[in-house]
Amino acid sequence: MKTLVYIDHFKGAVQPSSWEALGVAKKFGDAVAVVFGENANDVAKSAFEYGADEVFVADDSALKDYLPETYASTLSALASTLNPNLILFPTTARTRELAAMSAVDLNTNVMTDLTGLEANGDSFVATRPIYEAKLFEKVNCVGKPVMATLRGRAFPKPNQEAGKSGTITKVDAKGEAKSTVEGYSASESAVNLGDASIIVSGGRGVSNNPSLTPPAGLDEKQSEIWRAQQGFALVTDLAKVLGGAVGASRAAVDAGYIPYSHQVGQTGKVVAPDLYIANGISGAIQHLVGMRNAKVIVAINKDADAPIFKAARFGVVGDLFEIVPALTEAFKKKLGK
Amino acid sequence: MKIIACIKQVPDSEAKVKADGGQISWGDAPLVINPFDEYAVEGALQQKEATNGTVTAICIGPETAKEALKHALAMGADEAILISDPALSNMDTLGAAKVLASAIQKIGADMVIFGRQTLDNGAGITPAQTARLTGYPMLGLAGSIKVNERSVTVERVLEEGKQIVKANLPAVISVVQSIGEPRYPSFMGIRKASKAEIPVWSLSDLGISAPTEMIKRDELMTPPARETTVEMITGESPAEIAEKLADKIIAEKVL
Repeated sequence: MKTLVYIDHFKGAVQPSSWEALGVAKKFGDAVAVVFGENANDVAKSAFEYGADEVFVADDSALKDYLPETYASTLSALASTLNPNLILFPTTARTRELAAMSAVDLNTNVMTDLTGLEANGDSFVATRPIYEAKLFEKVNCVGKPVMATLRGRAFPKPNQEAGKSGTITKVDAKGEAKSTVEGYSASESAVNLGDASIIVSGGRGVSNNPSLTPPAGLDEKQSEIWRAQQGFALVTDLAKVLGGAVGASRAAVDAGYIPYSHQVGQTGKVVAPDLYIANGISGAIQHLVGMRNAKVIVAINKDADAPIFKAARFGVVGDLFEIVPALTEAFKKKLGK
Repeated sequence: MKIIACIKQVPDSEAKVKADGGQISWGDAPLVINPFDEYAVEGALQQKEATNGTVTAICIGPETAKEALKHALAMGADEAILISDPALSNMDTLGAAKVLASAIQKIGADMVIFGRQTLDNGAGITPAQTARLTGYPMLGLAGSIKVNERSVTVERVLEEGKQIVKANLPAVISVVQSIGEPRYPSFMGIRKASKAEIPVWSLSDLGISAPTEMIKRDELMTPPARETTVEMITGESPAEIAEKLADKIIAEKVL
């Protein structure tokens, strides 16, 4: 059984769930990693350390920026030559597009966001959430090759064997670009909620600290955002001490407190971390569908009737501006940081 | 400019969705326009206003899906077309993309706008598959759209930051929430929508046969019910509460 594994990276920073996909591929037989774009050689080296038997690299200047059309054509051409049984991807914004387009080229289809994948003779049975994870379905793909994107953290990450290497084969870019990247502005810190094992989130409540006096000269809305930023600074401190990512409710994003890329919930990211701490989030259904599969949910809210407590394992009714910094201090002490 | 907004009808987010004898059931919960697709309609209407264009909403689904199209009309879409055919009852994303691509070519469009994913299947790959089939450029996860003559520039909202991408029209664009809050249907809009005759196209109207289903469902499963008894942590002071809570969290072995 031969599996191609697409290693997704952005300017050389690999989506960790790419390695999880390599681990799954090894379970089925030969794992052939595929790396496109700038810094592909460095990524290729890591791919061997995570278990790739072979690596194909396309670092053509045409693939410098991720563009779905050229990436898909290059992948489709490679798949036609190597004839794998399975092509695996981590689930990211890029791979959804790329896999989708390659599936059109190869006349097959993609099973997305899998939480389980088992071999079944020559084929595979995949498990995936549907209806916002209210249900799960088992599906199989009758096309060849079978294509699948794996949900981050749903599969074990293989151990890294430092220094392991192998043969890198260079391939050319294929296809025609249909768009150009004109500019790029990085987030202050990359927000990778899907891969985070701990998420500390803030909601509308983070702007309600009455003891703060905004600087003079701000209007009402600016003052509110200023207050919210002070609140999110507390949330961020707690996230840092736990090594987690910062999330937010839609209300906080809509109010302009924090960028959309932090949003957890129906129209943001659906996440399932080991620990989710919701601060000042009331728990609207649209938020709950995005995080209720977290292993341990902690809710801190001043409203004892907030629906978030119904989803939580631990709850604190109180002032987040007192509790959150105290919790940060407690963890610093207990975790020796 | 001719804009097509692709929408779908799904059970409301509040619906209790269950597996019932191998079928999906949502009881008497209402069917609504896919929440992500409201942003698609909003994005399409913004471009209609910016370019003095028209918006056609299209939807694949049963007769009941006309209600989702009426919502788009009430928001301000100029026309709506339902694509309905008994042969489409088992259809995967690629099948949907094939049907939509045929409809798009039949209608003719400068811009095709999708929401980023549906609430039911949630795969989020139909927009890119439609782009591939039509040969139009794919501009995914756009938070803003700007048209300049025959080109379009979007700001993609990605995990790593924002990327400005430019392409020639016609193009397929999927939008995210940053595009702007979907407008409420106006009173006039609702009146217009309630009187609208929505044409229904079958596969033979599109001149295609039923696409082969590549992804087949073997089984439906209800996730195990979660134990959700909340343990409230109390104490004399924030420090005491924090101390107790930190110990509880550490004991869960999730750090």
